[in-house]
Amino acid sequence: MTTEQIVFKTEILALAHKLMKRYPEGKHKSALIPILHLAQAEFGGWLSPPTMDYVASVLNIAPIEVYETASFYSMFNLKPVGKCLIEVCRTSSCWLCGAEDIIEHIEKTLHISVGETTSDGMFTLKAVECLGSCGTAPMMQVGADYHENLTIEKVDTLLKDFKSENKQSRYC
Amino acid sequence: MGKKLLLKNDHIPYIHKLSVYREHGGYSVLEKTLKTMTPDAVVEEVKKSGLRGRGGAGFPTGLKWSFLAKPEGVARYLVCNADESEPGTFKDRYLMERHPHLLIEGMIAASFALGANTSYIYIRGEYFYVARILEQAVAEAYEAGILGQNILGTGYNLDLHVQIGAGAYICGEETALLESLEGKRGNPRIKPPFPAIEGLYGCPTVVNNVETIMAVVPILELSGDEYAKIGLGKSAGTKLISASGHINNPGVYEIEMGITVEDFIYSQEYCGGIKGGRKLKAVVAGGSSVPILPADLILKTANGEPRLMTYESLGEGGFISGTMMGSGGFIVMDEDTSIVKNLYTFARFYHHESCGQCSPCREGTGWMEKIIGKILDGHGTLQDIDLLWDIQSKIEGKTICPLGEAAAWPVAAAIRHFRSEFEEYVTKPDSIKDIKHYYRLQN
Ligand SMILES: Cc1cc2nc3c(=O)[nH]c(=O)nc-3n(C[C@H](O)[C@H](O)[C@H](O)COP(=O)(O)O)c2cc1C
Ligand code: SF4
Ligand code: FES
Repeated sequence: MTTEQIVFKTEILALAHKLMKRYPEGKHKSALIPILHLAQAEFGGWLSPPTMDYVASVLNIAPIEVYETASFYSMFNLKPVGKCLIEVCRTSSCWLCGAEDIIEHIEKTLHISVGETTSDGMFTLKAVECLGSCGTAPMMQVGADYHENLTIEKVDTLLKDFKSENKQSRYC
Repeated sequence: MGKKLLLKNDHIPYIHKLSVYREHGGYSVLEKTLKTMTPDAVVEEVKKSGLRGRGGAGFPTGLKWSFLAKPEGVARYLVCNADESEPGTFKDRYLMERHPHLLIEGMIAASFALGANTSYIYIRGEYFYVARILEQAVAEAYEAGILGQNILGTGYNLDLHVQIGAGAYICGEETALLESLEGKRGNPRIKPPFPAIEGLYGCPTVVNNVETIMAVVPILELSGDEYAKIGLGKSAGTKLISASGHINNPGVYEIEMGITVEDFIYSQEYCGGIKGGRKLKAVVAGGSSVPILPADLILKTANGEPRLMTYESLGEGGFISGTMMGSGGFIVMDEDTSIVKNLYTFARFYHHESCGQCSPCREGTGWMEKIIGKILDGHGTLQDIDLLWDIQSKIEGKTICPLGEAAAWPVAAAIRHFRSEFEEYVTKPDSIKDIKHYYRLQN
């Protein structure tokens, strides 16, 4: 991806400017996290250094301020991820209800381990901490969407859907 | 059926829509409040109600509001804490998803009481779709003249914005939340100054949990005195409990405080008993940070009294034999559960979520995860159990924010109540292979 390509579409840029107006005069840096979400969704599901530099220019702040913030939050991917990002919760309630079976099954089906991306760039698998769905455990998030009360069959259907349609997971 | 205040309209389809919400009396409490009460009178009602913060610490809300500094010419802010990341807790998500207008009504009433003209709802980033629901509700409210300038013709102005986070448990801590809302890393601030004096953008700020803010509406509807009569003693009102784990009916329940824990776990109205008719082994009653209790101590206090779902009764016995209400994240474990493995998932969580500013927390959480992992794998020694105890005891009181304690308490309680299980992992590593380390899906 070259730097020239990293420019928000007009409507996204307008949205970014609208977001910046929600804060008092001079406090528009508050819009950084929402705008980073927009950037991640627009530019391939991750934040490359040129993407972060571009966000800095939109907000008129130093690039280092963007790196500092982006690197703190687990939802910001600082390395490329697959078209479909699968995040399985592994904390207590999900573990109690079989999360490890779900993770194992996805690993076997996709021939990758947690933290890896399939060689065709289609799927990335992550194990994450509690996503506030403990009552419908086990669960996973794919892009922005929650999938709850998981079974092996549900997971299989989902993976097949993404693969056959070469679908990109939604990020926001 | 227990008393329902926040979920009284839960059965009504499309209650998340403004028109439906209004048909069922929505915003009438707000209108009456703005038209007939002064801000101080609202604070007074909340004080009388005995409402305590529902975010975890249980601090009296009215008192907290009365600490807000009011220097001339300086903006004040109300920030709603919708970060909800404490493992086992999912009540705020349920409340916001189904009752966004109740939150908005509460936000306007509370902002009015505090003299704020701009307020934010900070919601965890993973709750994208919930943020959308809130944004739509906010847009509807603006359109109807319920937000913005001259709300409902009363001359009061309020702008309300929904701000999305990006995945960091620590941003639930109120000063980390404010840092994050300012676009920075979520590093907790050193207190004092407290947010009531210097909060968002250095201005006086109140941070309250979603459930706390929603509770303001029934308080104003009933009056503080009437609200205080609901519940039991200093545990006034209703509490939302997120129930999960090995129970027949996991989900979100609104309970009137004062019912017994036994009733909550076994009655059909709530958890419906343990899955598969198995026995209860342990409960984490208020989210991952609170001490785990074995079955006998969660059902009855050390004195043999039935344990009740109140702040006081859950806390009875202190950390020796009691626990805490916390966030109301109620995790139930059956007889086959490995307490060591469950603790490992918590230790891994806290290590992952430590912001890294203080060495006791940053290093301590890392070591606790490693040592519990080692014990779990059958390579631990008896000294490791003592070491674990030693590490957890050296975190409390030595960190900038309470995450350090939140990480230490579960370790202390697990060893206190289940030491023999840790010892078994150490002395009979071969037999652990037969212990169910984790649960299979069909369980
Ligand atoms: C590590 C940590 C995480 C927290 N997470 C949350 C949270 O997700 N939601 C919440 O309302 N309060 C959370 N709190 C408590 C807040 O700091 C604060 O006390 C609370 O939002 C105050 O609201 P209340 O008085 O209405 O309870 C957390 C505290 C700590 C130390
Ligand atoms: S206690 Fe832990 S999370 Fe809190 S400020 Fe210190 S290092 Fe950060
Ligand atoms: S433990 Fe998995 S969503 Fe809470």
